[in-house]
Amino acid sequence: MTGFDLIVAGAGPAGIAAACRAAETGAKVLVLDNNPAAGGQIWRNDIPALWAQRLSNVEVRGGCSVIDDSILAHGVPIVLATGARELFLPFPGWTLPGVTGVGGLQALVKSGFEVRGKRVVLAGTGPLLLAVASLLRKRGASVTCIAEQAPRSALLRFATGLWRYPLKIAQGIELGGSLLGVPYFTDCWVEEAYGRDRVERVRLSGFEQDCDLLAIGYGLVPNTELATLLGCTLQDGFVTVDAMQKTWREGVWAAGELTGIGGVERSLVEGEIAGLAAIGELTEARKLFSRRAAWHRFASHLTGAFALRPELRALPRPDTIVCRCEDIRYNDLTRWTSAREAKLQTRCGMGLCQGRICGAANHFLFGWQDTSVRPPASAAPVSDLMES
Amino acid sequence: MSAVPDVAIVGGGIVGAACALECKRAGLSVEVYEQSTVGGGATASGMGHVVVMDDSEAQFALTHYSSTLWRELAAELPAAAEYLPCGTLWVAADEEEMAEVHRKQSFYEARGVPVEVLDAQQLADAEPHLRTPLAGGLLVSGDCVVYPPVVAQWLLDQAGVTIHHQEIRALADVPAGIVVNAMGAAAPRLSPGIPVAPRKGHLVITDRHPGFVRHQLIELGYLKSAHSASGDSVAFNVQPRKTGQILIGSSRQYGAEHKEIDREILTRMLRRAAEYMPGIGALTAIRTWTGFRASTPDKLPLIGPWAGREWLATGHEGLGITTSLATGRLLADLITGRTPPIPAEPFLPLRCSP
Ligand SMILES: Cc1cc2nc3c(=O)[nH]c(=O)nc-3n(C[C@H](O)[C@H](O)[C@H](O)COP(=O)(O)OP(=O)(O)OC[C@H]3O[C@@H](n4cnc5c(N)ncnc54)[C@H](O)[C@@H]3O)c2cc1C
Ligand SMILES: Cc1cc2nc3c(=O)[nH]c(=O)nc-3n(C[C@H](O)[C@H](O)[C@H](O)COP(=O)(O)OP(=O)(O)OC[C@H]3O[C@@H](n4cnc5c(N)ncnc54)[C@H](O)[C@@H]3O)c2cc1C
Repeated sequence: MTGFDLIVAGAGPAGIAAACRAAETGAKVLVLDNNPAAGGQIWRNDIPALWAQRLSNVEVRGGCSVIDDSILAHGVPIVLATGARELFLPFPGWTLPGVTGVGGLQALVKSGFEVRGKRVVLAGTGPLLLAVASLLRKRGASVTCIAEQAPRSALLRFATGLWRYPLKIAQGIELGGSLLGVPYFTDCWVEEAYGRDRVERVRLSGFEQDCDLLAIGYGLVPNTELATLLGCTLQDGFVTVDAMQKTWREGVWAAGELTGIGGVERSLVEGEIAGLAAIGELTEARKLFSRRAAWHRFASHLTGAFALRPELRALPRPDTIVCRCEDIRYNDLTRWTSAREAKLQTRCGMGLCQGRICGAANHFLFGWQDTSVRPPASAAPVSDLMES
Repeated sequence: MSAVPDVAIVGGGIVGAACALECKRAGLSVEVYEQSTVGGGATASGMGHVVVMDDSEAQFALTHYSSTLWRELAAELPAAAEYLPCGTLWVAADEEEMAEVHRKQSFYEARGVPVEVLDAQQLADAEPHLRTPLAGGLLVSGDCVVYPPVVAQWLLDQAGVTIHHQEIRALADVPAGIVVNAMGAAAPRLSPGIPVAPRKGHLVITDRHPGFVRHQLIELGYLKSAHSASGDSVAFNVQPRKTGQILIGSSRQYGAEHKEIDREILTRMLRRAAEYMPGIGALTAIRTWTGFRASTPDKLPLIGPWAGREWLATGHEGLGITTSLATGRLLADLITGRTPPIPAEPFLPLRCSP
């Protein structure tokens, strides 16, 4: 790790942008990512040619997790760009094979998973449903319907505000065209998924639908574990940064979904600023502030429109699994009053994923907040903890 | 309803919970004060190994009696208590440690504890992932493993006592005939002057690797390192969980006050484990944490009256899960004037008063 001017954790759009901008000033940059290949969630296996080219002066190490704050010992500035994961909310049948996250399905399809001829229901909230529907159609799937939980009125408000964001409107038109003919329901969500060995049918608000795959997307949850272990400050679940994307922890910058959810352009511009700022190119970084401000406005527009509705809290039945790692059901949890109590008494959140899935669900269902993060930032071989 | 209870217990760890249940069973009225989560202190950060120890006659008597109580309780415990009668296997690396095996063997056998000496081959058969060659080991088959936070909650549920979720600032403020300080390593805060010091430990839990370890394994160098009066130490100490997970320990540090992971000692601890079990590095670690043992100079807990209506049930160091049940029984006997099943004198706090 020595000999580098900058270390970037995470090789999604924000991390790539940070690394490229810094490298282009002549800095020696190392990017670490726990996935084998760079790209992150959205660019998996298809980093846009322009960025791929710019990345050529950067050393990218895949399959490499940063597990704790010993990374700071090198004295090299760090940009955190660890992105976000999908939010899963439990409902009866959500653990059946064939039920996935929309982002997960998108990644699967991009890495070659065959969907030709499959009937897919997409449900949840936000523009990602449309983007994934479009991808699925291109790959020959039959998207039988899209269920958007947000009310129609909120969506209309969202759509009429879109003209301010040129890129998004172009995407919107493209999506609209390719989706022609796909039933799109608002005020609509999945109440239950049925099937013997895998999902065969879903019940949505007011009707049922046969399907081979059900992809759910309720939004994203930032991966703040490493930031927390490094001592960064969080607010409302996101890493707090100043105008230069610098965190409250000396020597650590953060960009992308760690600081807020709002799409790839927002992540890119934050990444560029963070990469430049971290190596001291503040004047260059400042030139990007107005572009970032525009995408921040877009992001708050997005969050407002797609807020989760309270009815979703009532979906789990007593026997619905909430914590998949440890098979903990809804009624195992109702006696307890905090995330820690539930964890210690039921093992909810104690498994392999350490509450990365059920933690956010329990926050939504019960208002619990599990603030406790311990190394490793994500599961790792014991031998990784033996290296000093 | 607002009558002052006979006994108020400050601290809802496994020791406080066991005391609450035994006092209740002895016919006393009991209330518990817990500032945070029941079983969330050292009880949530220890290993849950119920082990008969031979450091001193008093320590043997307490751990042996308590481990009998654990076996009696086993059938009643809920599944979530993860009772696992896996036994302890003391591992001897060389002939010198083999001599310790034989010394332990005669100590335990003389006191009616079933043990079995394993030679190098039998040890390798019993635990295929241990390195070879090792000299042998001593199997204490009556020892077991539990999941302490659930036991603590279960004991309190059995007792059916009121739990006030409240931080106590002064024992004098607690309305009760007797106030028991069962605050674990925090006990000196409200009972200044008691000889209890926090001793930090680190642990690592793995993903499920069923069968990788079959017994609680402890190196016999443990006694030397664990009891060195000062200085940091690590020892090979791994535990099979009922879930198929492996709990890897252990470390001991005085003077460390923060609950953060100390990467240097963690690294040392894991390297020590890998010296005994070379395959352990390839297992998946999912979480690390630390906890504080309440240590005393003579390695025995403080159980009994201290000052006025203030009583103590603390100072259990690295054995408080094991000795919690016996502690509850002794405390209740001392309060009610019954004759305790084992002599209570070695544990009376007054032994420490100047
Ligand atoms: C036998 C056994 C088996 C176990 N098995 C597993 C397992 O399989 N998987 C697993 O994940 N864990 C396991 N655990 C460990 C458990 O999850 C905890 O890690 C353990 O209880 C230690 O807690 P902690 O130090 O991590 O504290 P935490 O769980 O972090 O709790 C500390 C509390 O303090 C609060 N807190 C933290 N910082 C602050 C602050 N600055 N201000 C105020 N409050 C704060 C937190 O919100 C939390 O409530 C096991 C424990 C035992 C005893
Ligand atoms: C790393 C490690 C490994 C261990 N391994 C083992 C083992 O294998 N076998 C074994 O037998 N023992 C083991 N131990 C020891 C065992 O965990 C402890 O001895 C035991 O948990 C002590 O229980 P307790 O109830 O006294 O303390 P705690 O569990 O700490 O309970 C004290 C309670 O008091 C509460 N409290 C504190 N102050 C106040 C206040 N002012 N007002 C209200 N409430 C308050 C706390 O919140 C806490 O819940 C280990 C310990 C550690 C740290």
